[in-house]
Amino acid sequence: MNERETKKDFSIVLCGAAGQGIQTVEELLTKTLKRSGYHVFATREYMSRVRGGVNSTTIRVSSKPVRAFIDRIDLLIPLNLQALPHLMERISSHTIIIGEKKYIETIPEVEAKRIEVPFLDLSNQLGGKIYANIIALGAILRLLNAEKRVLDSLVTQNFKKKGQEIVDNNINAVNKGYEIIEPLIQSNTIEINFNINKDPSIENDFILDGTQAIALGAIAGGCNFACFYPMAPSTGIGTFLAQHALEFGMIVDQSEDEISVINKTLGASYAGARAFVSTAGGGFSLMSEGVSLAGMMELPIVIVVGQRPGPSTGMPTRTCQEDLRLVLHSGAGFFPRVIFSPGTIEDAFALTQKAFNITQQYHVPVFILTDQYLVDSYYNIKKLNHENMSIEKHIIKTDETYERYRFTENGISPRGIPGFGEGLVDADSHTHDEYGNITEDPVIRKKTVQKRFKKLGLLRKSAIPPKFIGNPDFKYLIVSWGSNYYLVREALEKLNRDDMAFLFFKQVYPIHKDTFNYLIKAEIKIAIEQNPTGDFAKLLENETHINMNHRILKHSGYVFSVEEILEGLKNIIEGDKND
Amino acid sequence: MTNKEFDLEGIEIHWCPGCGNYNALKIMKESLTELKIKVKDLVIVSGIGQAGKFPHFMRAQSYNGLHGRYLSAALGIKASNPELTVIAVSGDGCTYSEGGNHFIHTIRYNPNIVNIVHNNQVYGLTKGQASPTSSLGFKTKVQVLGVINEPFNAVAVAISLNASFVARAFVGDIDKTKEILKKAINHKGYALIDLLCPCVTFNRVNTFQWYKENSYYVDNFHNVYDQAEAMKLALDSQKFPLGILYINPNRRPYEENIRIYEQDQRPLYQRDLDRNKFNQLLESFR
Repeated sequence: MNERETKKDFSIVLCGAAGQGIQTVEELLTKTLKRSGYHVFATREYMSRVRGGVNSTTIRVSSKPVRAFIDRIDLLIPLNLQALPHLMERISSHTIIIGEKKYIETIPEVEAKRIEVPFLDLSNQLGGKIYANIIALGAILRLLNAEKRVLDSLVTQNFKKKGQEIVDNNINAVNKGYEIIEPLIQSNTIEINFNINKDPSIENDFILDGTQAIALGAIAGGCNFACFYPMAPSTGIGTFLAQHALEFGMIVDQSEDEISVINKTLGASYAGARAFVSTAGGGFSLMSEGVSLAGMMELPIVIVVGQRPGPSTGMPTRTCQEDLRLVLHSGAGFFPRVIFSPGTIEDAFALTQKAFNITQQYHVPVFILTDQYLVDSYYNIKKLNHENMSIEKHIIKTDETYERYRFTENGISPRGIPGFGEGLVDADSHTHDEYGNITEDPVIRKKTVQKRFKKLGLLRKSAIPPKFIGNPDFKYLIVSWGSNYYLVREALEKLNRDDMAFLFFKQVYPIHKDTFNYLIKAEIKIAIEQNPTGDFAKLLENETHINMNHRILKHSGYVFSVEEILEGLKNIIEGDKND
Repeated sequence: MTNKEFDLEGIEIHWCPGCGNYNALKIMKESLTELKIKVKDLVIVSGIGQAGKFPHFMRAQSYNGLHGRYLSAALGIKASNPELTVIAVSGDGCTYSEGGNHFIHTIRYNPNIVNIVHNNQVYGLTKGQASPTSSLGFKTKVQVLGVINEPFNAVAVAISLNASFVARAFVGDIDKTKEILKKAINHKGYALIDLLCPCVTFNRVNTFQWYKENSYYVDNFHNVYDQAEAMKLALDSQKFPLGILYINPNRRPYEENIRIYEQDQRPLYQRDLDRNKFNQLLESFR
């Protein structure tokens, strides 16, 4: 293990059962660390159950921004018997494991530094095992020299709804954690060589996860009608919006099913609402008829699809990138659409905000294709660039001559709203004439198809270009999309090669025309994706007629680690040498 | 009464000669005219089927959506702009079969809309299969043994769900149906009219004459506010009771329940993001 890395970049894993309050600890821990002046990153993996099982959260603390999942564990707090077996592959000889005797000794054959701290016994003295986590929290924060006053105030804030007694017990638990660890540090029983300088400017950073970034992006996009049916990993988005519905004058509705979700939302959009839907792959499958309706009626709608491994119910709380093909091809017939795939928290916010403007301008469905990993990950950021964001309406006051589907040069018909002006606004699921009336006239039909083609052309022109990172004289070019962004970047930083560059797509459809120029320049093209077939690679191959040379794919349902990507790239370089 | 506001010139109506839908169209146009509703303040929402084509044959602002899904769309429209009068029209197949789930849940939501269901007890547009309301034993090219599934009793379902307005009407009686429709439009909340509307091509059993003989108006002594009494009428297995069967005056419409129009009555399309509030919200993430 690299000693320098441990000092400047430290990883903590908490692992226990669902219902043990790991999430609360995770939130308090990351916020305290951020407000203490450290860069933090956190992500969680959890089972699809309410109680029991084994879940973990990985938290990274660093002197520079860290934004990706790594396998390495520097400090591990097991909170049940399954914790160590669950994380066995990630434990190494330098991993410090702190906790109950029975929890730290479950896999004696695996070498690690084990230190017994009886969190449970201590918690029973404080009034129940529920406090074990908070004691552990205090212990961790003492080890990391975090600001105790920050933690105290966050704990107070977090538990104040439950009454003063609970607040006091939790503060006592924090104190206990600090106390129990102090002598172990003084006696050098625990040596973590933690040496991260506090940067006071970080204290004022924002810290939010992908779920919050998307929901905030929707609000910033002027969303005022949001509809969903609960489904992991996207439920949190609807929940967030519901909690802020009255504050922002939004209608937020949990509907009877996803079919109703999209049809209600399209009705709302027709009436002029800025309409938003959030779902996951399975729920989205039910919406495809509605997506096709949006295509035919030319109604604006923003649709978030959070990916989880399928087919069917699959693994509800796990991650993947398996639904690009579904989102790209959903719905009968030809119609244009746009698919964004944010790679960062900032982009999850900005692209969702932008999606509202794009859909209002072009009257096509705009997708935010994300996944469990991104929505459940968070880190500190300086700003969201929200001040200059515009909310574009693109609606007109109609007169008596108004026709909703008037044929125009660029295919976009000015959008009227029923009740706004003297015109009548029609929407029809059939092939329709300019007015919106049902027709089977082949000439009109052809014109309507051309209308949709023209819009696709415009969308291609306004596509977000892929982001190029690296030396322009590259031999290897990595292409990837969505939540892989920081995983690939960190692997590349570690690899540190002049001849390897990265082309990242936050818009996966339609793709920007520059894509071809990058791909044609590369000698070896490597696609990195979390699905079994390389769906985005296939899309690129179809669009550019340039084939990828390698695919690094993962489809276990668990996110790539930086180390895995690094390993995959090393193998390709090695194989290349041997050829 | 002339109703220029809603007449559409120079169109060819797709329905078969003698179809009950012609009367339904006349009833709709006259009722709207008599209530002085302006075409620009009205949206007719429809699904798929012969009844679903309804808004194409009158001058109207329309949303002709998907099969079975029109009630969801109607709810979204009304919720986004409560100033609009929203009338949702489709058939028994669209509403009670393909859209059964949305029918149930729209009643629970109780948006302030009128829902007219043209019930001809058969599928017309797909040419003569049984519908969920076809009588037991009704023979078709598909139901070769005759219908074996229990017919869907829409008014009983609606009453059991405590729908805020439940009526049944017969399209052969223009005056009475107009009266019911006007009351439905003026009612605040979801109003169902199960409209018996003969298909002259594919249903040779349930004809105009048959409906005349197999229906009756509930008398003036019927207490429309009594759910149990209404249910008793709805469950009459001999003949179809006609008229307003049930009204629940205590249910608030969805658009009021969501409370976003309490402080600000503007429809959603007129609203803008409150940037101060947004900045405050963002501050909580530091």
